[in-house]
Amino acid sequence: MSSPLAAEVALPSQRGPRLSPGLAYALRQIATSLGTLAFVIVFNFFLFRVLPGDPIALYTRGRAIDAEQLRELRAQLYAPLWRQFLDYVVNPISGSGPSIRFQAPVWEVIAPRLPVTLLLVGTATILAAVIGVRLGIRAGWTRGSPFDKATTSTTLVLYSMPEFWFGMIVLIVFAVGVGPIPGLFPTGGIVTPGVDVSSPEGWLNVAWHLTLPVFTLTVVYLAQYTLIMRSSIIEERGQEYVHTARAKGLADRMVRNKHAVPNALLPTVTLVFLSLGFVVGGAITIEYVYSINGIGSLTVDALQGPDVPLLEALFLLFSTAVILANLIANLLYAYLDPRVRA
Amino acid sequence: MTTLEFKAPSPAGGFRDGMRRLVRSRTALAGALVLVGFLVMALTAPLLFPESTLSVTRADGPPFSPPSLAYPLGTDEDGRSVLALVAWGARVSLLVGLGATAISMSLGTAIGIASGHYRGWIGAALDRVTDWFLVIPFLPLAIVLATVLGPSIWTITAVIGLTAWPGTARLVRAHTLSVSARPYLERSRALGARNAHQMIHHILPNVMPLVLANTTLAISIAILSETTLSFLGLGDPGSISWGSILDQGFQAGAISEGAWWYLGAPGICVVLVVLAFNLIGRSIEALLDPSTSDNP
Repeated sequence: MSSPLAAEVALPSQRGPRLSPGLAYALRQIATSLGTLAFVIVFNFFLFRVLPGDPIALYTRGRAIDAEQLRELRAQLYAPLWRQFLDYVVNPISGSGPSIRFQAPVWEVIAPRLPVTLLLVGTATILAAVIGVRLGIRAGWTRGSPFDKATTSTTLVLYSMPEFWFGMIVLIVFAVGVGPIPGLFPTGGIVTPGVDVSSPEGWLNVAWHLTLPVFTLTVVYLAQYTLIMRSSIIEERGQEYVHTARAKGLADRMVRNKHAVPNALLPTVTLVFLSLGFVVGGAITIEYVYSINGIGSLTVDALQGPDVPLLEALFLLFSTAVILANLIANLLYAYLDPRVRA
Repeated sequence: MTTLEFKAPSPAGGFRDGMRRLVRSRTALAGALVLVGFLVMALTAPLLFPESTLSVTRADGPPFSPPSLAYPLGTDEDGRSVLALVAWGARVSLLVGLGATAISMSLGTAIGIASGHYRGWIGAALDRVTDWFLVIPFLPLAIVLATVLGPSIWTITAVIGLTAWPGTARLVRAHTLSVSARPYLERSRALGARNAHQMIHHILPNVMPLVLANTTLAISIAILSETTLSFLGLGDPGSISWGSILDQGFQAGAISEGAWWYLGAPGICVVLVVLAFNLIGRSIEALLDPSTSDNP
């Protein structure tokens, strides 16, 4: 009976001096993330260097170029690989030159499109997390009930749907109109041309444009939050502290909300932060379907050609976002659940 | 009554029993029936709809016509029967889904077993590589690979296979670690078995049930990926898949035409097939681990 306790008490003295365990854990996580980032940068570089075909033809497609520029481009593209690699590592964002399609530095192409994507996917993620957690709690707590069965089977169907297809169907039904249903929403874009976005009228216009895409993404994201919350509440429901709380005579609601839910929320919180990393790249197909000018549809544009420098920068951006979100999720998890730190 | 009879559900000996229970599970049976239906459709497509019905120049129907007796699922912008397109699309979608899963499962199982079995730097390195690939967002990576390799049926299969393995590797590694600690592996090592022998004859049979349950779920993800990549125009331009029908319909303005049958049909096929694989996968999971799942 006393042995597990004794081991726990004895543990701190066995650990190294100085660094508190929490700090050591954080530093280890940061080091791992930096390692992953380094891998992504190297991987990204070599991935695009194995492109078949003549790079000069690719880079000059569809535009006039004089002899001077051609010489410069040739010097850059036919430089020894190690040279190119050095250039790239020093400046991974625009190390491969400006975007071919837009004839501008890649960062200047990407930056203005970021806010739209963040607004769209951020809103959908928050909505999906809030609704998904509530559905998951109710379904898991009443496992086997009609509500649970309905939720689980709906979730499974949502899980089996290509998200862009769902988007197209929503678009046909609510923007174009099928049969008796009139088209109430715009078929694409983010704001009616000519409307000032900074005015209250402009906000309403943007909200009206974003209703369908946000709805689509929310429904698509909802499935995973519901499932994970449901399974973690089911796990907590069988724990002894829950039985204890019941034995104390607490009402079912109290047992659920004060005892089981806080513990069951842990994995979901982590998942929300993990998925925030995918926010940036998450809406590629949805932005394409709804013709929203964010970085998702920019990615689809960059495929034409392909616009290698732009695609390279976008890929780096997507990966970095996931790595960063991973790090935050791990640190947050350790902060919320001290058992992880050890 | 000298010996106490202890009946444990052994996964290896209970294969027949397992199959029987799988058939008795209604969801798994429904999934299997749906799959058989689509398989028949894929195999008989060339007989029911000769290749000439797919030719744009020889199409005889009116463009964008809603479902009718002559065209049960309506027509596309060239007047081709959507039913014929969808039936032919099943061939590529299923083939790519199965092929990609075969690649990702073999890769994931091999890397997972090796990273769990080798304790030294090899295991650590493989584990790290798995971690790295887990972090890289799937769709951007698949898009980039498909762009780099060029569009064809083989590259899209390879791309999906090469991007989908890390999850399996992680799962198999965890299971390998627990198997490696069992006494019969210690015995095998003591008798001088080589690493390859241990991995193939002792670890692989143990992780196989897990891999199989995972396979059905992996196929559904592979089919969804194929649909998405083809929709983005990264599939084989010469062949029809459910994703490429959706791409073509979207480009041809099926949305503003309100042609719900044109976009609806291939999408519903995807949902049905993916759902069927998911249901079967869940039933197998329930068989392997009755404690965590809902449908026995």
